[in-house]
Amino acid sequence: MNFFNDNPAIKFQLSHPLMQKIVTLKERNFAEKDKFDYASRDFEDAIDNYKKVLEIIGEIAGDIIAPNAESVDHDGPQVENNRVIYARGTQENHDALTQAGVYGLTLPRQYGGLNFPFVAYVMSGEMVARADAGFANIWGLQDCAETISEFASDDIKAEYLPRVCDGATCSMDLTEPDAGSDLQAVQLKATFNEADGIWYLNGVKRFITNGDAQIKLVLARSEEGTSDGRGLSYFVADNKHDHTVLVRRIENKLGIKGSPTCELVFNNTPAQLVGTRRMGLIKYVMSLMNGARLGIGAQSVGLSASAYNEALAYARDRRQFGKAIIEFPAVFEMVSNIKAKLDASRALLYETTRFVDVYKIYEAIESERKLSPEEKAEYKDYLKLADALTPMLKMFSSEYANQNAYDSIQVHGGSGFMKDYACERHFRDARIMTIYEGTSQLQVVAAIRHVTTGNYLKMIRDYDAQPINPEFTSLRKRLQIMTNLYENTVIRVNETKNQEYLDFQARRMVEMAGHIIMGYLLIIDASRDKEDLFRKSAEVYLNFGEVEVRRHAAFIKKFEVENVDVYKVI
Amino acid sequence: MSFNIVVLAKQVPDTRNVGKDAMKADGTVNRAALPAIYNPEDLNALEQALSLKSKIEGATVHILTMGPARAAEIIRESMYRGADGGYLLSGREFAGSDTLATSYALACAIRKMGKVDLIVCGRQAIDGDTAQVGPQVAEKLGFPQITYAEDILNLSDNKITVKRRLERGIEVVRGPLPMVVTVNGSAANCRPRHAKLTLKYKHAATPSEKQEAGSDYTDLYDAHPYLNITEWGVNDIEHDIQWLGLSGSPTKVKQIENVVFTAKESKRLTASDVEIEDLMKELIANHTIG
Repeated sequence: MNFFNDNPAIKFQLSHPLMQKIVTLKERNFAEKDKFDYASRDFEDAIDNYKKVLEIIGEIAGDIIAPNAESVDHDGPQVENNRVIYARGTQENHDALTQAGVYGLTLPRQYGGLNFPFVAYVMSGEMVARADAGFANIWGLQDCAETISEFASDDIKAEYLPRVCDGATCSMDLTEPDAGSDLQAVQLKATFNEADGIWYLNGVKRFITNGDAQIKLVLARSEEGTSDGRGLSYFVADNKHDHTVLVRRIENKLGIKGSPTCELVFNNTPAQLVGTRRMGLIKYVMSLMNGARLGIGAQSVGLSASAYNEALAYARDRRQFGKAIIEFPAVFEMVSNIKAKLDASRALLYETTRFVDVYKIYEAIESERKLSPEEKAEYKDYLKLADALTPMLKMFSSEYANQNAYDSIQVHGGSGFMKDYACERHFRDARIMTIYEGTSQLQVVAAIRHVTTGNYLKMIRDYDAQPINPEFTSLRKRLQIMTNLYENTVIRVNETKNQEYLDFQARRMVEMAGHIIMGYLLIIDASRDKEDLFRKSAEVYLNFGEVEVRRHAAFIKKFEVENVDVYKVI
Repeated sequence: MSFNIVVLAKQVPDTRNVGKDAMKADGTVNRAALPAIYNPEDLNALEQALSLKSKIEGATVHILTMGPARAAEIIRESMYRGADGGYLLSGREFAGSDTLATSYALACAIRKMGKVDLIVCGRQAIDGDTAQVGPQVAEKLGFPQITYAEDILNLSDNKITVKRRLERGIEVVRGPLPMVVTVNGSAANCRPRHAKLTLKYKHAATPSEKQEAGSDYTDLYDAHPYLNITEWGVNDIEHDIQWLGLSGSPTKVKQIENVVFTAKESKRLTASDVEIEDLMKELIANHTIG
């Protein structure tokens, strides 16, 4: 099985018109084509290169990672002498990807990377997650290298980035027992030793994914006497497994069992400062988290894809009352809804990723030369688009992964409740996705300002102006009506000028915007696609999203400011 | 010191995933319906070669494959995994070769390569399942051979030590170089394609492929000689024409039978030990299992 070749919906995203800009910018007009024998020579060559490498990852995902998923889930990692030992399959997955030279996919070539855009990287994440959602974390933690590449000194880059390309594992050490969603409360202490000019870390971190990794990015309090986010800095530590970083225990979790979640004790761990002091949380971790949220988007979509494949295969195979159960309306509706949510969240995933690509590349170019006023303006536009869609993506894709995993079990009936089918693992693995890297509730907090400032509405108007295939005109008409409902609802909530009321209705409004945006993305994709991949999903998703939008609009319309009080629980 | 390893590899129809149109009405393999793949055990052989290459300084690995123009894909696939290059032996004079004619042609090509220290190949190909070509090449070149190899354990003092996987156990043997080693499917799986090597070599092509593709990237091949895959025709090797192709192939297919399982009758058994034992005896006796 090759998880790239068997999925035309992923390949389709490589043909998006914005890819031309992304590739040309990322390759700086193919400046490295004579410097590295594996560099792209022109646009077509670059797209072909992405496909070639995604085929390699798709093969490893299909032939190695997916077959290992069940035993990895069963065996899980172990802790011996304060060290994490991966499950056998986890190690095998990691070794295969390392041997294939695909770690460091997005890193600059001068440090051993392939200089691929995020679009290609997110595709790899989706395929790996489809094979094993838990392993997707270990693959996805190469995001850490991305922040090193963006913010660290040249010395640090030269020291760490080539190691990531050679398969050194990474972890981002942020959370502590009393600092979860509120990272301003981080206590782990960083002390600068004047004598040897090195920082030393002391303290405890909790819930650290892949916590025994070789390269660690650590958020720590470098400014004594401070208590908020402005006293935190960002460090990179080389975990030499010499007892300066101890794994005290690993958590026994509901899902993603192959991914070790560690409690760590830092014991005079030498570390290097990344970037500027005091900017740890406000700048670097925010950037890291945005990348990670994109990663959870990929993980969620990959899991949805897997849930869909399992549900479809079972529904076709299982016969009751003399026919395959897929022939019953109650079942085919469920399967089609899973597919529609999968396609909708995938469309949002790659749209977001393209925006992230453009602004990140401009940021990188800005470190090489001054941007022209036009480039600067474009950078700001894409940054804003990426900021608006990232929390929406994280929320929707993870919620849909859960709904799809739930429905996939339902399609399986009693068999789905047994350990014999993969759907029960998907259900357990999906559950964390609406929680980590910022809960769905916190994604709403990040997204709501794009509702109140009219940013989403402007995006929707722009999508509405895009050319579509005439056969989707009636769907677009319905989206326009939904947009009016959304606009009026937002006006109504804004007019109350009541912050608590706004917070109370926030999720409903973000969801309304999301359904409309995904509806547009699907008809735009379906118009461009020649293989009839998205036409059905566009209609099925719209049927679903339209009712959701109306439901939320009706709820808010009848809901006065004082009605919030009845929900208050002390 | 140079150490030249040649891997004999074959592009085969993927007989592991046979659909209903895998055979033509006349009983021959419908090659168009089956995807062409790298013969699985040749991949095991390639891994043995690549793993030796990483241990021996100056060692090179080249692929030799005989087949139509598209068989060059096998050579590229090998380069993506770490091979240095390869030779495609191609031409209609080779068409219709059985194992004897194939091994003759391969041996002629190997003689042309100059110093060869080690030849590895898969035990057998999944299209013919003969396991004859490797041993016949050894005979023709006058090299000793080790078959059913599972692991090349050691290579020193011009001697190779190999672990063989046999029907009822393993055997470790040593022999002098140059040697032909045929590798068993139980040997280590081949490493995956490497991303950078894949991007580096993806344009590698034989002269016929370049001609077919037109003039794109012509400068590329002048600037990067490693992208040129050697292609040999019948005139590039020293040969006696009567031993090649159909005329060199004594194997004649007498009859092909298309076996369709038609049995419909069933037998009811109880779960008693006696009945289970009887069933096992019956299945072994009629060669259904064992």
